[in-house]
Amino acid sequence: MLSRVANCVYWLGRYLERSENYSRFIDVNFNLMLDLPPNLKEQWEPLIRATGDYQLYTDQYDNFDRETAIYFLAFDENNPNSLCTSITKARENARIAREHLTKESWEKLNEIYLYVKDGLDNEIWKRDDSAEFFREVKYGIQLLYGIADNSVARTEGWYISHLGQYLERADKTSRILDVKYHILLPSVDEVGSPLDFLHWTALLKSVSGFSTYRRFYGKLDPVRIVELLVLNKYFPRSIFFCLTNAELCLRSLSGTTGKGYSNSAEKKLGALQSKLEYEDVDDVISYGLHEYLDALQIEINQISDAIHDNFFKLNQEFTNQKNIQE
Amino acid sequence: MFAAEYDSNTHYDEMFAPDGTCRLHYKPFFETLKDIPVEKLKQLQFTTDKAQMAMGMTFNVYHDKQGIEKILHLDIIPRIINATEWKRIDEGLKQRIYALNLFIDDIYNDQQILKDKVIPADLIESCPGYLKQCIGLKPPKGIWCHITGTDLIRDRDGEFYVLEDNLRCPSGVSYQLESRELIKRVFPNLFSNLGVSPISDYPIRLLNMLEFLSKKNNPVVGLLTPGVYNSAYFEHSYLAHAMGVELVIGQDLVVKNNKVYMQTTSGLEQIDVLYRRIDDTFLDPLAFNPESLLGVPGLFEAYKNGHIAIANAPGTGVADDKAVYAYVPRIIKYYLDEEPILANVPTYLCSEKKDRDYVLDHLHELVVKETNAAGGVGMMIGPRAPEEEIELFANRIKQNPRNYIAQPTLSLSTVPTLADSQVEPRHVDLRPYILYGQEIEVIPGAFTRVALKRGSLVVNSSQGGGSKDTWVLQQEH
Repeated sequence: MLSRVANCVYWLGRYLERSENYSRFIDVNFNLMLDLPPNLKEQWEPLIRATGDYQLYTDQYDNFDRETAIYFLAFDENNPNSLCTSITKARENARIAREHLTKESWEKLNEIYLYVKDGLDNEIWKRDDSAEFFREVKYGIQLLYGIADNSVARTEGWYISHLGQYLERADKTSRILDVKYHILLPSVDEVGSPLDFLHWTALLKSVSGFSTYRRFYGKLDPVRIVELLVLNKYFPRSIFFCLTNAELCLRSLSGTTGKGYSNSAEKKLGALQSKLEYEDVDDVISYGLHEYLDALQIEINQISDAIHDNFFKLNQEFTNQKNIQE
Repeated sequence: MFAAEYDSNTHYDEMFAPDGTCRLHYKPFFETLKDIPVEKLKQLQFTTDKAQMAMGMTFNVYHDKQGIEKILHLDIIPRIINATEWKRIDEGLKQRIYALNLFIDDIYNDQQILKDKVIPADLIESCPGYLKQCIGLKPPKGIWCHITGTDLIRDRDGEFYVLEDNLRCPSGVSYQLESRELIKRVFPNLFSNLGVSPISDYPIRLLNMLEFLSKKNNPVVGLLTPGVYNSAYFEHSYLAHAMGVELVIGQDLVVKNNKVYMQTTSGLEQIDVLYRRIDDTFLDPLAFNPESLLGVPGLFEAYKNGHIAIANAPGTGVADDKAVYAYVPRIIKYYLDEEPILANVPTYLCSEKKDRDYVLDHLHELVVKETNAAGGVGMMIGPRAPEEEIELFANRIKQNPRNYIAQPTLSLSTVPTLADSQVEPRHVDLRPYILYGQEIEVIPGAFTRVALKRGSLVVNSSQGGGSKDTWVLQQEH
C-alpha cells in the first residue's frame, strides 16, 4: 500500500473510533442526567474533562450547560476532536483511500457523515431528544464495522485501520476512566447510595461494559472497575485487550513472527503490552491511577509516532520540494 | 405529465417526431412513462439526488476557500439511441480516432501531412498543444490517444456532427457508469424489456487496455490524480477503485535510473503504466512547466526510455486545437482515403483571409470560439450576444486571427426532461467514450449532458448543465 494512503487508513481507523466514542459518551451522559434527582444540576463538565479539551472549552465558554457542552463535543468546528470534526476527517481520509474501501463501506461512511452534517444544520444540540441522534450515529458506525468485518480482506489495510482503532480506543478508555474515577472516588460517604450507583453504572455503560462487569464481578466496586477497564484480558475495550490486539496488527504488518521485535514501533508497543500483562490492579492503584493512566497516554502517543516513522513517512530525499498536501 | 404544449420548436426531438408521434425506439419507454404521475416522477428524482449524495458522486465548488460539495444533476428520464443510429456513431468514431492517432504520430515524427501541404505547417507549430518535447516520440504500441470522449450533437436535420474530439483527459465516464446504476433503480423493468446495452464492464476494458501498453505480463498500473481537491476527484477514485489499481499523486512517485517507483509501506515498488489525469505540461517539472507541483521530476525521461507507459500520451492536445479540428475531414481522407462517416460542424478558420472576412461580416449569426479553450469559456454566441461583445470579439479576431474559429449556430436536439411541474424538452449533446488498445472500442453508452434551463444551448456542468443516462439499444425496435 502507498505510504501516504496507509497513513490515511490509519487515521480513518482512529477518527471512526473517536466518533463512535464521542457519540456513546454523549448518549450515556444524557441518559444519566435523566435519572438525576431533581435538585441536582446536570453534570457535563466531567465529560469535557475526559476528552482532554477542557482548556479549549473554558477559553470559549463560561458555563457547562447541556446545550453548550453538546455543541462543543459534537458540532463545534473549532474543536479538533468534536464528533463533527472527527467524522469529517474520517471521511476525508476515506476519500483519499477510496480505492481501498469497499463500495458498501464508503457509502455507509458517507451516509453517516451526511447525517452528522444534517444534525449540524438542524441544531440538534438545542433539542431535548438529541440522545436519539447520537445513538443513530453510534449504530451507524457499528454497522460500518459489521460491513467491514464481512467484506474486507485481512490484508495490510485491515491491519492498519485496526491498529489505529485499537490505539484510539485504549486512549479513550484511559481518559474516561481517569476523569470519572477522580470525580467519583472522593464521595466515600456516598458509596452504595443510589447516586453513586448511577455514576458507576454510567461509566461502565459509556464503554459498553456494564453487563460484562456484572457477569465477571457482580457487585460494583471501583477497584474491580479499574481492573476491568485496564487489565482484563477478555473485555474488548480494556486497555490491555486493545494493546494486545494492536500488537497483533502491527506484527501482521511487519511480518514479525516469534519473539522479539523488528522495528521501533513493535518494540515500544510490545514493551507496554507486556508490562500490563504482568501487572495486577493493586500495582495500578498503588502507583496512583491518575499517574498510571497519564503515563499510558504518553506512551500510546509515542507508539503512534513510531508507527508513523516506520510505515507512513515518505522519503525526505524525494519529498522536500513537493510536499503539497500537508 | 407531458407539457400539453410539449414543443421542441423546430429542433430535432429524440423522442417525438415532428408530427407529435413517439419515435419507434422510444415507444416501450413512452408507454411506461405516460402512466407515471408527475408527483411520482419528482419523488423518484428526489431519491436519485439523495442517492448521488450518499454515493459521494460530488464535486467541490470553492468559494472563499470553503469547499461546497455539489452533485451533477442527473435527470431521471433517459436518452435512448436506437441500434442503427448507434452503429453509425460507432463506426464513425472508430474511423475518426484511428485517423487522428495516425495524424498525431505523423505530426511528431515524419510530418508527411505537412510536407504534402494538406495542413499548413505554421498552423501546427502555433498550437499551444503542440509539444516540442514530444518530437520523435514513439509511444508504446504506437498509440497516443488511448481514451477519448468525443462530443457529438444532433442538428435539425437529424444528423450527428462531431463538435469536439477531447483527446486529452476527458472526464465524465464515472458519471455515465454510476448514473446507469441509479437509473436502473428508477426503471428496473424497462432494462430487460428494451435490451439496453450494458456498460458496467468499462473499468475492466480500461484496465485491459492499460495493461496492453506494457511489455510486462502483469504490469503494475496506477492512476495519477492532482489530488482530493480536484473537481474530478470522484471520477479518479471511482476508476482506481473499479480497476483495483493504486490512486497516486505526484508525491507518491519517484524516478530512479529512468524507472518510476511508488513509495509503499514495504519500500519502493515499480509502476509500469500510468493513467494520468493531470495535464500534459504538469506531468514533469523537468520536461515541461518547471512550476508544477503535481508532477513527477524525471517521469518524461523514463517514458521516453520506454520504462513506463502513459495514457494518454503527452502531446495529443495538438489535435484538440479547434483550428486543427477544422482539418479532421481532410485528415481522415489523407490517411485512410475514406470519406468521414461522421461529419464535422462546418468551421471557418479566422487565420484564413477568406474565412475571416466572412466571419467578420456575419458575427451576428455565428458562434465564435477560441481555438484552445474548453468548457464553454472563451466563446461568443452571435445571435444572443450584445453589441459590445460582438465588437470585442471582432477586435480580438483582427488582432489574433489564429486564435479563433467560427461555426454556424447549430441546433442541439431535445429530450424530454423533468422540469418543475411537467416534462419539457431540453437540449442535449452526446459524449461517447472510446478506448484504443489492442483494438478500438466504442463504449455503447454515453455521457449525455443536458442544458437544464429552458431554451438554453449550454450544456457545460459549470454553467447550469446536468446529465442523463444514455441507453443504447442492442436491437432494432
